[in-house]
Amino acid sequence: MTLSTSLRQDGQAARRRSSSGRLQDRLPRLVLAPSVAISLFFVYGFMLWTFILSLTSSRMLPSYDFIGFAQYGRLMENERWWVASTNLVIFGGLFVVICLVLGAFLAILLDQRIRREGTLRTIYLYPMALSFIVTGVVWKWLLNPGLGLQAMVRSWGFESFTFDWLIDPDMAVYTLVIAAVWQASGFVMALFLAGLRGIDDSIIKAAQLDGGSLPRIYWRVVIPCLRPVMFSAVMILAHIAIKSFDLVVALTGGGPGYASDLPATFMYTHAFTRAQVGLGSASAMLMLGGVLAILIPYLYSELRSRKHG
Amino acid sequence: MDNVIRRRTPGARMARLALHAMLLLAALFYLLPLAVMLITSIKPLDEISAGSLLALPQAPTLAPWAKAWGEACTGMRCEGVGGYFWNSFAIVIPAVVISTVVGALNGYALTKWRFRGSELLFALMLFGCFIPFQVVLLPMAQTLGWLGLSSSRAGLILVHVIFGIAFTTLFFRNFYVAVPTELVSAAKLDGAGFFRIFWRILLPVSAPIIVVSVIWQFTQIWNDFLFGVAFSAHDTQPVTVALNNLVNTSTGVREYNVDMAAAMIAALPTLVVYVLAGKYFVRGLTAGSVKG
Amino acid sequence: MSALEIHEVRKDFGNERVLKDVSLAIESGEFLILVGPSGCGKSTLMNAIAGLEPVTDGQIRIADRDVTWLTPAERDIAMVFQSYALYPSMTVRGNISFGLEMRKVPRAEREAAVERVADLLQITSLLDRKPSQLSGGQRQRVAMGRALAREPAVYLFDEPLSNLDAKLRVDMRTEIKKLHQRLGTTIVYVTHDQIEAMTLADRIAVMRDGHILQLGTPDEVYNDPVDIFVAGFMGSPSMNFITTTLEGRAGDYRLRVATEGEEALVLPWPASRETPALAGRVGQPVILGLRPEHFSEEDRRLTAQAEGTLLEARVSVVEPTGADILLRLPLGEGEVTARVGPKCRVAPGERLSLRVDMGRAVLFDSESQRRLA
Repeated sequence: MTLSTSLRQDGQAARRRSSSGRLQDRLPRLVLAPSVAISLFFVYGFMLWTFILSLTSSRMLPSYDFIGFAQYGRLMENERWWVASTNLVIFGGLFVVICLVLGAFLAILLDQRIRREGTLRTIYLYPMALSFIVTGVVWKWLLNPGLGLQAMVRSWGFESFTFDWLIDPDMAVYTLVIAAVWQASGFVMALFLAGLRGIDDSIIKAAQLDGGSLPRIYWRVVIPCLRPVMFSAVMILAHIAIKSFDLVVALTGGGPGYASDLPATFMYTHAFTRAQVGLGSASAMLMLGGVLAILIPYLYSELRSRKHG
Repeated sequence: MDNVIRRRTPGARMARLALHAMLLLAALFYLLPLAVMLITSIKPLDEISAGSLLALPQAPTLAPWAKAWGEACTGMRCEGVGGYFWNSFAIVIPAVVISTVVGALNGYALTKWRFRGSELLFALMLFGCFIPFQVVLLPMAQTLGWLGLSSSRAGLILVHVIFGIAFTTLFFRNFYVAVPTELVSAAKLDGAGFFRIFWRILLPVSAPIIVVSVIWQFTQIWNDFLFGVAFSAHDTQPVTVALNNLVNTSTGVREYNVDMAAAMIAALPTLVVYVLAGKYFVRGLTAGSVKG
Repeated sequence: MSALEIHEVRKDFGNERVLKDVSLAIESGEFLILVGPSGCGKSTLMNAIAGLEPVTDGQIRIADRDVTWLTPAERDIAMVFQSYALYPSMTVRGNISFGLEMRKVPRAEREAAVERVADLLQITSLLDRKPSQLSGGQRQRVAMGRALAREPAVYLFDEPLSNLDAKLRVDMRTEIKKLHQRLGTTIVYVTHDQIEAMTLADRIAVMRDGHILQLGTPDEVYNDPVDIFVAGFMGSPSMNFITTTLEGRAGDYRLRVATEGEEALVLPWPASRETPALAGRVGQPVILGLRPEHFSEEDRRLTAQAEGTLLEARVSVVEPTGADILLRLPLGEGEVTARVGPKCRVAPGERLSLRVDMGRAVLFDSESQRRLA
């Protein structure tokens, strides 16, 4: 059926319906309309708007003096942007991988009929409820060389113990990894645990009858079943990593210097405090590009597997 | 993994012991920051510089909490975070309620009243879940200015509703997809209309997903910092922004105990929600996602 | 007066036409069953009658009123769903009275209707329970109660028994039949179960690929099927189809059946059942349809009187069902099923003589699959 004939039928239906029937037909669309309009304007419209700003020479205030892709060129030559981008790769990569490994490991341990499972699960998961600002403040205190963990270990007699990553330009980005893993790995554990509980018991029993040892069964049978869970976990974690802004602000402030900057803080700093609206917009567009680079393959595989399965 | 006969060999017992040891170690890792935060927040300042991180307070005091709540300096002002704590509530509650109601209606219309293109509309809205918010910050600032909502609570509520409905719609849609459509057909034959079916048939079975939506939105909006710092002024700041200002205000001696008390204050509402209702959150979320 | 009239209704889903110009009319008080394999369009037709799916073309009239473009609520119908679709948040009482409440029936009348229906279906003791506290059979009753509370022009039943276990299904079948006889309601009932269709219906519409192949009484559909599909769909075990060659001439047609390892069998076609269509088929293959009960065990004491043609074959499988015995034996290119009395003593591999009642046999064209005689 072609679109035009279907539209004609809709038209016919509307004309022949009673007035209450006609209202009923339209209500679902009417209810959705505000949200769709909001989405079109505030998401898609704003994306376009930011893109347009990124093509201008805007500084303190948006101006519409177009200079092509010059802001992107400036960005490519900006050392601070490269530090931020490299940091994102380091931070994002480590954060995702460690969260996955730790989360899956804890989930498997918790799945061994542990008596106090509920309590442990609550303990592992609670950091997810906190604001990244709170997390940043706490870890800043813990990692403070003079009063935190380093001082504590030294007071136990290990005088030469050093753990001063927070003030070390080469290591500051790793403190972000520690705090972020602390916050999010419990959530990954919960995802994996739900996945494990969803696996058909008989698969594992069959593998046991085949004579596999427990670690082997997990490696060969159970973990492959968790692929979809792992996929969504990677999605969520990568998304958190790219958006990470508050954690940096609270924990390192992007410092020392700008050693632990991330694109999110770079964008905010340039757009809001350094009067570089054009450059900030360009960096925001590149962040969007990064998200899309992860999202599109994910959605593609998701849709494909749905069609086949 | 139940009902399997296992031999209780010494090796198996050792493995069991190691298992518990590892779980306990992990629990310590997750609990340590909270414990340090709590202990530090009730220590006098001299004990902090003298003693160890984990040493229990000799003379526990609530003075740091009182100072954090009512006197500590957040930037220019020295009124503590108490006012900002209530600010956060004044922003969070309307935003959570509005976004949950809108999300529920959207999810209902998208699943139970499908029409040509409704799936496309859903995909369109869903994209809002994934964008980095940096990409909307500048236009949003300008739009809020035009609407006369710059630096106002109403402006922040609006922003949180706009970017929250993508999530709430997703939650409710995935939940309602699993509710049999025949229920709606039966109610249509019984003579009920769009809103009546929602109110009488769908809403009464929606408790699990309402819990998910409310908890999710509550923690997201309470914990938000980016929108708060970008779109608020002194008197409309949420508590996360105030906490950050408090910690970064460098006048005189760093009072770590006050910092920690303020962090506890900012963390408490979401922690309480999590401890009271976290169980239902995970349950509701997985119930939806498994079927969706 | 027609309670329901469907005129050339067509329904497309995308490029697929799932209802192809379906027309039918049923009288007030009639029990019509739509039967067919899954995907035949019967549920779509039901939804079109209910107004849950708009039709692409055609007209639907209920109680002499054009309802084609009316909402479900405006159509004066009630429906029992396969999944029962009981409102989970309401009690049984709430479920039954919801439709009346929506139609602004006063409270006292609603309560009276609930009492009447509960009494009729013996669910009075369940009225204050929630659906989750009911067994499958009880839910089914409540679902029927919800439909019966109103008194619409037409009741629609969408596979109402398919979620029940075998025993309960038979009980409820009887009960639906009793209800219909007692209340004289007009019912359109969808099922894929041909036994339900045979036992309940006044008339059966056999559907396939969006068409109604045959519309008739259970007896007509069973004994006078229009084609091989209808013949094979109705009846269990299903009809045997044997490829034969038509021989002879008008007044003396014969069917030759070649079975491997057996002498060719020649079955005379009763002159009373001849049709003009046979004349052009002499020498060509035609398909003979024989139901299992058209075979009977040869009783030597009655040989003289017995009707029908004798056939002898080696039995390959013996399946006692209790009430009777099903035998598998080679005939033509394949095997056929014969139903014989429970006293028949035969072991696999033995030879047995059977009578074939050609008076009830049917003949089909081997190409078009349509009925010849």
